[in-house]
Amino acid sequence: MNKTPLHQKHLDLKAKMVDFSGWEMPLSYGSQIEEHMAVRTEAGIFDVSHMAVFSLAGSNVEKYLSYICANDIAKIKDNNKALYGTILNHEGGILDDLIIYSCEGKFWIVSNCGTRDKNAKWFSEQAKEFSVTVELLKDFCIIALQGPKANDLVTEILQTDLPTQLSAFEVMNFNDGLIARTGYTGEDGFEFIVPSEVGTNIWDKALAIGLSPVGLAARDTLRLEAGLNLYGNDMDESYHPYESGLGWTVDMSNPNRDFIGKEALEKIDRQSCKKLTGVLLTERGILRPGYQLKSAAGEGIILSGSFSPVLQKSIALARVDRAMNDKAVAIIREKEVSVDLVSSRFLKQDKIPT
Amino acid sequence: MSEIPGDLKFLSSHEWARIEDDGTVTVGISDHAQDLLGDIVFVELPEVGKTVAAEGEAAIVESVKAASDVYSPLSGEIIAVNDLLEASPEIINDSPYDEGWFFKIKPDNLDELADLLDAESYADTCED
Repeated sequence: MNKTPLHQKHLDLKAKMVDFSGWEMPLSYGSQIEEHMAVRTEAGIFDVSHMAVFSLAGSNVEKYLSYICANDIAKIKDNNKALYGTILNHEGGILDDLIIYSCEGKFWIVSNCGTRDKNAKWFSEQAKEFSVTVELLKDFCIIALQGPKANDLVTEILQTDLPTQLSAFEVMNFNDGLIARTGYTGEDGFEFIVPSEVGTNIWDKALAIGLSPVGLAARDTLRLEAGLNLYGNDMDESYHPYESGLGWTVDMSNPNRDFIGKEALEKIDRQSCKKLTGVLLTERGILRPGYQLKSAAGEGIILSGSFSPVLQKSIALARVDRAMNDKAVAIIREKEVSVDLVSSRFLKQDKIPT
Repeated sequence: MSEIPGDLKFLSSHEWARIEDDGTVTVGISDHAQDLLGDIVFVELPEVGKTVAAEGEAAIVESVKAASDVYSPLSGEIIAVNDLLEASPEIINDSPYDEGWFFKIKPDNLDELADLLDAESYADTCED
């Protein structure tokens, strides 16, 4: 089993550990709902060092990234920014979702844990034509500090207020690593992609000043409330971005830019293909992956489903026929229950008065 | 290590049964079970008057992360359910052997108790 540099610290905190794609990771340190609410109301700190960090080098790196990612690296180059996007196969299916970081000539990619080996192979194969080298970084930590108080806390932890000057998706160099104003919770916050010893120091300082460690269980409900897809649940190689709620990450604006999957995507009828939607259960119960949805307008299936600690209701992401809107029924253990089909930004709409 | 009271009988699927003085049987899930499930957010309880079979499905418990069937340790008739759990299912996490009980049965045949695990045997199954 693979372990992150912080593994022993999780054991010392008596975390419930779980096998996540071959990595022994903290699921929760106590109540996952308390961890979730800490991030929504104050802040929490996550060890997500199981994710893969790739460092790219070579004079054609930008051309290479422009070709392998459906989003356009031209948006961020020379800007010290991060770009969320997908890599596609030639059929337009999603190989992975990832973030590309561009900082003072440095190009890094952070992608999912479960796709590490697949991506390493894919990146290297595509790199040959571009004379780009792709290195999977070892002995790195990825630590996320997330929550409305992250801005104040980052200064206290790092003893510098430089990160607070970053806007959303901006990146800066830090101790042979990067700090980015990114995250996977829907809250303000930072991600530190840094060598192990730097990460260990950040973790220790964060806990010393009283930050809540947050496990993967709360990370999952946080990202679901924020309407953020999880690779393997909400998208995979069998689906393209337009039926995965990720059309906004496909950049077709430059007619001269070719990228892998572009030709396949251009043939898709975006008015008729399936779509991703948020689902809110209006009755008691919990929506789970695999549950069927139906209405007069069509049918669909729940991809990610759980309980929203903020809304105190079950929420889900589902792939449904495009004509489905407003109301549907979900089948839970052979019983029909009523659901609302809503924007997947579950918390944003809750704040809009009805 | 989770708590396992010595006066209870168990199914290996983590339900406990307590024989009350009046001959009825109270059923819930073990401390180990609630710990495995994590934060419990939903229960579906049987209807009072329904008959259940030994090791038959009787209720459903769902945590944030998973749904799980709750089996009846004995056959009999459901004579009471813990309505508090519908509004406050987290009671099961806080008090699995006491306030977090699920239902009470009027058992058909107390001889079925012999098929259940005592606390020590149940503790062994939890360690596997």
